[in-house]
Amino acid sequence: MANTQAFCDSAKPEFMRGLHALGASVVRADTGVDQLKMALYHDTATINASTTAYTTIGEITGGGYTTAGEIVPNTANNPSVTNGVGHWTPNGSIVYSAITQATAFNCALLYNDDHASDAAIAVFTFGSQTVTAGDFTLTMPIDDDVTGLLRLS
Amino acid sequence: MAMINTIEGQMDEDLLWKREGTVEDENEYTTWIEYWKGWGTDDQVLMHRSAHVTVKKNPIAGFATNI
Repeated sequence: MANTQAFCDSAKPEFMRGLHALGASVVRADTGVDQLKMALYHDTATINASTTAYTTIGEITGGGYTTAGEIVPNTANNPSVTNGVGHWTPNGSIVYSAITQATAFNCALLYNDDHASDAAIAVFTFGSQTVTAGDFTLTMPIDDDVTGLLRLS
Repeated sequence: MAMINTIEGQMDEDLLWKREGTVEDENEYTTWIEYWKGWGTDDQVLMHRSAHVTVKKNPIAGFATNI
């Protein structure tokens, strides 16, 4: 037997579940899953790794779109670890129904709607889209170590 | 007879020109569908457009250990 330096696999999904506070943390109201949202942004916005929280700056507006975005389905998939990669994916598509957006958008911001500051989690970009009296759907990938929406390795 | 949601309300699909497309690269797989009125004329109008995006190249964060 030999010892091997590692970041423990079990800790990766545990970080996703908020089990470890290595700095000052927050008082949580309960043990439930946080409500996450996904907001959409125009091509001209500046949403990136430096984004710390949800912002209305650059967010698409009107045309049936609900400001602050749609709730992310998160009732079935617990963070888990596969082949040393922690991963989590919403358990359903995110649908912006019957919207009209003539000005192109190409970005979605995943953020924690339960956090006091609406803390940002991840940014996803795609080819510029417009929608006319239709649905815009973000289909979720397979929840595994290769394609999961959020992964820690 | 399929009804389509348009900028003028529900319309019979048979009255509209349907266009579909896909975009796939390393980052995404996207499908879109459009319904046009008067397609190919000077008065063509986009009545409906929907898009479905599957993001493929999702962010990954790495942990590292160092003593």
